[in-house]
Amino acid sequence: MAEKVLLKGNEAIAEAAILAGCRYFFGYPITPQTEISAYMAKRMPKIGGVFLQAESEVSACNMVYGAAAAGARVMTSSSSPGISLKAEAISYIAGADLPAVIVNIMRAGPGLGGIQPSQSDYHQATKGLGHGDYKMIVLAPSSVQEIINLTAEAFDLADYYRMPVMILGDGTLGQMMEPVTFDLPEGRKLPEKTWATTGTKMEREHNVVNSLYIQPDVLEKIVTERNEKYIEIEKTETKFESYRMEDAEYMFTAYGSTARIVKNAVDELREQGVKVGLIRPITLWPFPKEAYTQYIGQVKAILSVEMCLGQMIDDVKLAVESKIPVHFYGRWGGNIPYPDEIIAKMKEIVGGIA
Amino acid sequence: MKQVFKKPHALCDVPLHYCPGCTHGIVHRLVAEVIDELGIEGKTVGVAPVGCSVFAYDYFNCDMVEAAHGRAPAVATGIKRTNMDNVVFTYQGDGDLAAIGTAETVHAAARGENITIIFINNAIYGMTGGQMAPTTLPGQITQTSPYGRNTETQGFPLRVSEMLSTLDGPAYIERVAVDCVKHINQAKKAIKKAFTCQVEKKGFSLVEVVSTCPTNWGLSPEESMKWLQENMLPYYPLGVYCDKL
Repeated sequence: MAEKVLLKGNEAIAEAAILAGCRYFFGYPITPQTEISAYMAKRMPKIGGVFLQAESEVSACNMVYGAAAAGARVMTSSSSPGISLKAEAISYIAGADLPAVIVNIMRAGPGLGGIQPSQSDYHQATKGLGHGDYKMIVLAPSSVQEIINLTAEAFDLADYYRMPVMILGDGTLGQMMEPVTFDLPEGRKLPEKTWATTGTKMEREHNVVNSLYIQPDVLEKIVTERNEKYIEIEKTETKFESYRMEDAEYMFTAYGSTARIVKNAVDELREQGVKVGLIRPITLWPFPKEAYTQYIGQVKAILSVEMCLGQMIDDVKLAVESKIPVHFYGRWGGNIPYPDEIIAKMKEIVGGIA
Repeated sequence: MKQVFKKPHALCDVPLHYCPGCTHGIVHRLVAEVIDELGIEGKTVGVAPVGCSVFAYDYFNCDMVEAAHGRAPAVATGIKRTNMDNVVFTYQGDGDLAAIGTAETVHAAARGENITIIFINNAIYGMTGGQMAPTTLPGQITQTSPYGRNTETQGFPLRVSEMLSTLDGPAYIERVAVDCVKHINQAKKAIKKAFTCQVEKKGFSLVEVVSTCPTNWGLSPEESMKWLQENMLPYYPLGVYCDKL
């Protein structure tokens, strides 16, 4: 099998969702991810699915909430400013224990910002989206192939754990074209959605999808139970890639398209005799702390490279608890770091100047 | 002994939390009776708003979904597009539908979504303690218009039924009231017509129900009915604003 197709990142997300059984997409145009809506607008009617361009990102995500409540495999996508608008609905989706997939193709911010790639929504995705005590599984692909695999898995994760799952990409990934295959692995075994609001058929008590619990004791219990689910996910669902770390003395860490550039820097530095490697988180939540702690005692310093002022670096520092010095290099505003700059920064660290 | 009256099956047998004299009780009953009479409880999904009727998910016997403030028409769209054979209705107050939810309301109507919206217009924000609503009348005193709604600085009320009737999307829009027996009977007919419109897949229906809020108007339930008749009905005339059925 394994027929290869040349596909743009944004389109790969849409096609992978459809292959994973997603038949409901509610979206709104925003650069640099509008291709996802355009693709869904063409494909969904042909396969008996639903595509609807809503009047705003707010409305689109509330349509997702409704469809999820009704038992659908449903997705929405946007870019940074639009994700801010979805924050309300995502909190409600989490608070009502509904499954949904939300895609963020990041662009530079804050405010209207720019349309070029960025990674400045890491905090928003892992800590700040919407109010209240909740978590979202956050997956960070770094190639168009990985986009396909992770998008498909996102639906299974969402249904299995009954929570929102985010695919966190950036403008580079959304726009780049790479050859891919659609050989997806077997999905998880999933329970039936007996909680969905599909109509009682006069055969059962009425289902209620809700996040309002006025009694503090009741709400405390519900939030506690949800947190136990999160603790389980932190133990079992972390994913990361380890690149040339076996004998590494210095560690790069980066995710998404930045990690691709960092790999070039790793290879170049290795040619020059510097023992470096890369840890690339694939799940940003749950954050793969073990990927870093296992190198305590081996690695002399970590350099986090991000397309922002430095957001993932906080989680890296928390993971190593000051036992390894952590440095930062980044570009922002829509600019992308070049291998040369990254190499220069690592050399400063290796040379003890940084 | 012959039973001549009972609670509709679609209304849960639980005490309602509404204030004495609140017209939510009447409208809940009318909606539940219509659901019973049309035999659709098993395939109905209701969407509860944010407002006094937020607990509607505990009062109706059909599947219920709680929506964020103003988003009920979008949530209803998601539910309906997923299961087209479900009868999906929203039950919303004036803040929910005509302030924060204006976009969702207008666009669900414009799209002609095959859903039914029950719009409770009582010219005030009840749940949060009596603030100005988009439907508050000029000169009306509320917590956030303590000197009376000043049209110069606080604008004019929205007439939702009239507004939506300018769109091509809706199939049926009627404004009714629940201040006297004659009007309550007409309100029930309108609600039944709206649900029937959906069952027959004829498009978007909305019934605007002019209602009272004795507690926040500072009037007795009886005085409130009078206030509705004297002040609200002239501004919000009852009648059919769209009928393509």
